[in-house]
Amino acid sequence: MTAALIFVLVAVGSVVFHLLSPWWWTPIASNWDYIDATITITFWITGIVFVAVVLFMAYCVFRFRARAGRRAAFEPENKRLEVWLTVATALGVAAMLAPGLFVWSRFISVPADATEVEIVGQQWRWSYRLPGADGRLGAVETRLINPENPLGLVRDDAAGQDDIIIEAENLHLPIGRPVKVLLRSIDVLHNFYVPEFRAKMDMIPGSVTYFWFTPTRTGTFEVLCAELCGAGHAVMRGRVVVQTEAEHHAWLQGQRSFAQLAERR
Amino acid sequence: MSELAHGTGSHLPAAEVPEMELPHPHGWWSTYVFSQDAKVIGIQYSFTALAIGSVALVLSWLMRLQLGFPGTFSFIDPQAYLQFITMHGMIMVVYLLTALFLGGFGNYLIPLMLGARDMVFPFVNMLSYWVYLLAVLVLVASFFVPGGPTGAGWTLYPPQAILSGTPGREWGIVLMLLSLCLFIVGFTMGGLNYVVTVLQARTRGMTLMRMPLTIWGIFTATVMALLAFPALFVGAVMMLLDRLLGTSFFMPTLVEMGQQLRYGGGSPILFQHLFWFFGHPEVYIVALPAFGIVSDLISTHARRNIFGYRMMVWAIVVIGALSFVVWAHHMYVSGMNPWFGFFFATTTLIIAIPTAIKVYNWLLTLWRGNIHLNTPMLFALGFIVTFVNGGLTGLFLGNVVVDVPLSDTMFVVAHFHMVMGVAPVMVIFGGIYHWYPKVTGRMLGETMGRIHFWITFLGAYAIFFPMHYLGLLGMPRRYHEIGETSFVPESAHDLNAFISVMALVVGAAQILFLFNLFWSLRRGREAGPNPWRATTLEWQTPETPPGHGNWGRELPVVYRWAYDYAVPGAADDFVPQNQKLPPPLHVARGEATA
Ligand code: HEM
Ligand SMILES: [Cu+2]
Ligand SMILES: [Cu+2]
Repeated sequence: MTAALIFVLVAVGSVVFHLLSPWWWTPIASNWDYIDATITITFWITGIVFVAVVLFMAYCVFRFRARAGRRAAFEPENKRLEVWLTVATALGVAAMLAPGLFVWSRFISVPADATEVEIVGQQWRWSYRLPGADGRLGAVETRLINPENPLGLVRDDAAGQDDIIIEAENLHLPIGRPVKVLLRSIDVLHNFYVPEFRAKMDMIPGSVTYFWFTPTRTGTFEVLCAELCGAGHAVMRGRVVVQTEAEHHAWLQGQRSFAQLAERR
Repeated sequence: MSELAHGTGSHLPAAEVPEMELPHPHGWWSTYVFSQDAKVIGIQYSFTALAIGSVALVLSWLMRLQLGFPGTFSFIDPQAYLQFITMHGMIMVVYLLTALFLGGFGNYLIPLMLGARDMVFPFVNMLSYWVYLLAVLVLVASFFVPGGPTGAGWTLYPPQAILSGTPGREWGIVLMLLSLCLFIVGFTMGGLNYVVTVLQARTRGMTLMRMPLTIWGIFTATVMALLAFPALFVGAVMMLLDRLLGTSFFMPTLVEMGQQLRYGGGSPILFQHLFWFFGHPEVYIVALPAFGIVSDLISTHARRNIFGYRMMVWAIVVIGALSFVVWAHHMYVSGMNPWFGFFFATTTLIIAIPTAIKVYNWLLTLWRGNIHLNTPMLFALGFIVTFVNGGLTGLFLGNVVVDVPLSDTMFVVAHFHMVMGVAPVMVIFGGIYHWYPKVTGRMLGETMGRIHFWITFLGAYAIFFPMHYLGLLGMPRRYHEIGETSFVPESAHDLNAFISVMALVVGAAQILFLFNLFWSLRRGREAGPNPWRATTLEWQTPETPPGHGNWGRELPVVYRWAYDYAVPGAADDFVPQNQKLPPPLHVARGEATA
């Protein structure tokens, strides 16, 4: 009796907690509200199943508790019921998987007009590289990295000369334009994670990974590292500033290109 | 159904059970220490696993103290925190759960439940335990070497695991990898034994489809482990070579703290594939024995046949097979080819179907049962709640695009603790309360058991349920403190403190459990041979605790499946597997199942 009641309270309490929780996802700042929508669908389906299972269990515990003279029913199988339950489950699973895969196909199809931005992770800070006027990022090689050339650009690649290098500073992005972020690491795994953008991806030394998104809200957002990268993992922070096209343009003017930096050195 | 419930053993092809030569112990050492008796080995495995598990539990308190009250404990710096999570995670998954389910429950129960005298290779079985103990000792040694244990996370991802930004880079990682290799060697010796024993040493009449689900779970998990562990083994060996000899299996060209290293050409992602090709089946290596055991607990204590036995067996086998084609769901944001996402999300969500069938069948076993809320049953119910909760959040993380925002956050930590931390531990406790009377001849204290259950269940739920919401908020995992972060409200820190207090409470309840284990050894109520009035063979031994060779002069003969509870027409509400019924009852049963 008491046990059944406690199990009911666990189910009801979970729902109440869910509804009242002040801890919820951050207000979104990218085009990936599709992802939030998929999570919402999943919450509904799984929430209903969870509550139904626990309440049914509690009901059984109450209704079929041991009593003198009672005997359980002997029923080894019930084909129809089992088939029926299997089909219902398969439908529920499909209802979550279908939107999930649909959104995933968007997630991996980068729009042709996306601007490329490179993000480089290293223990324990972020650097960035934006293409210059030519719209292309120059070639890089990890072997070329040294204090003069911290991101390892190939010296005589023409495409790289106007690349804008941003070290120990915030990344700025214009609102409303799709960005393809190219992710690179020069030492261990990292993961570029801005909760408000929803998207994230590991950075792997030796390869370039990517994801894309469109910033939809101006403001300053905190960057965290989401892949364990050693002792400084929790303090590997940065900021992304999303601003209007005009503000962004002004900011760009103040940045230095690879060629300019090389000259200064 | 009919051949399951009805067949009389004499008509079935007898399983081969030649009388085997058992190594008879001479004296104290070979009886209790270097024993080749699977029961003793099972107890040794269990004790060692629980002992090292306690270390992991204490580490979890330290981690929670740090997370709940950051900055209060000066000895927990970021390095120490990473070392704690790594050792905690690895110990819990491998050295506690795997060892306890397969080495502990497997050794004790397989021969007894199958009506065998012992494992088929007793000497190798003994060796398996001693190699496991050595693996544990090597792991523990890493706490005492210069630099301490590795802090690479239990996933040990290179390059980080063997570079100097990670604590334990000198000795810790080497000992960890060595210890894993030893564990795998030891496990393989035991695992071959379990598989061959199940296939070859069942008593007369014990067909595969009459085996208790406990055995099905342990058997399938063992086969999986034998296939999955080699991937970890080669991964560990390759990483050892990278670390000690400077090879570059997993090491690309890289610059560490401004220094060009001599590595080049290797692939960090290769390690992740090897790790998760082991790591995902590992989840089910822990889960399947739990599924099996909990089925038997529910059936016995609800006094009702397990519902849909054949479906249950097939579900175990199908889950076991499918779990080898889902590993990359742990790598959705690893940077692997994104097209893999479609495949692995689909396979992962398909596994939900056989898993859900198991849950339905447990519920339908309770339905119209005669439920005795003994401590093992309470733990079984606690398992259902936590397993369903964790299984459902698995549908979030398995659905590739939903995983993108949630991966590497506290949502993941909450999910896997529910589904493979709390849920299997519930089954372990339930199993210990259930079989302790057979092992010792005495019952565990029931009141203490209930208190232990309610604190552990409600406490663990209060720890891990709210934790999902911190992950949803965006709090990453493996952070020793979140610190000043723009999107984290003050209230999140309060929630963290609450979770930590609950963790201490749950920890304290385990002390009660340990006390109960020792107290009941002398003071527990006398159990008799079959206190739960159960059908399976281990409860029908001539002696309790069972003697060497288990069965006296003659092996039991099996006439029925393991779930003849409340059979219509039978006088008692259970019919042991080795009991032959008078004919009219078959007719009665034929009607009931037609
Ligand atoms: C009351 C019991 C437990 C508590 C309070 C607890 C607490 C924790 C905490 C605080 C972390 C670190 C989270 C982070 O910062 O990322 C953690 C990680 C982990 N725990 Fe537990 N835990 C408990 C039981 C278990 C059990 C039974 C298992 C068995 C599967 C387990 C497996 C793990 C694993 C695999 C990790 C991940 C380690 C890593 O990130 O490398 N824990 N646990
Ligand atoms: Cu990191
Ligand atoms: Cu998995």
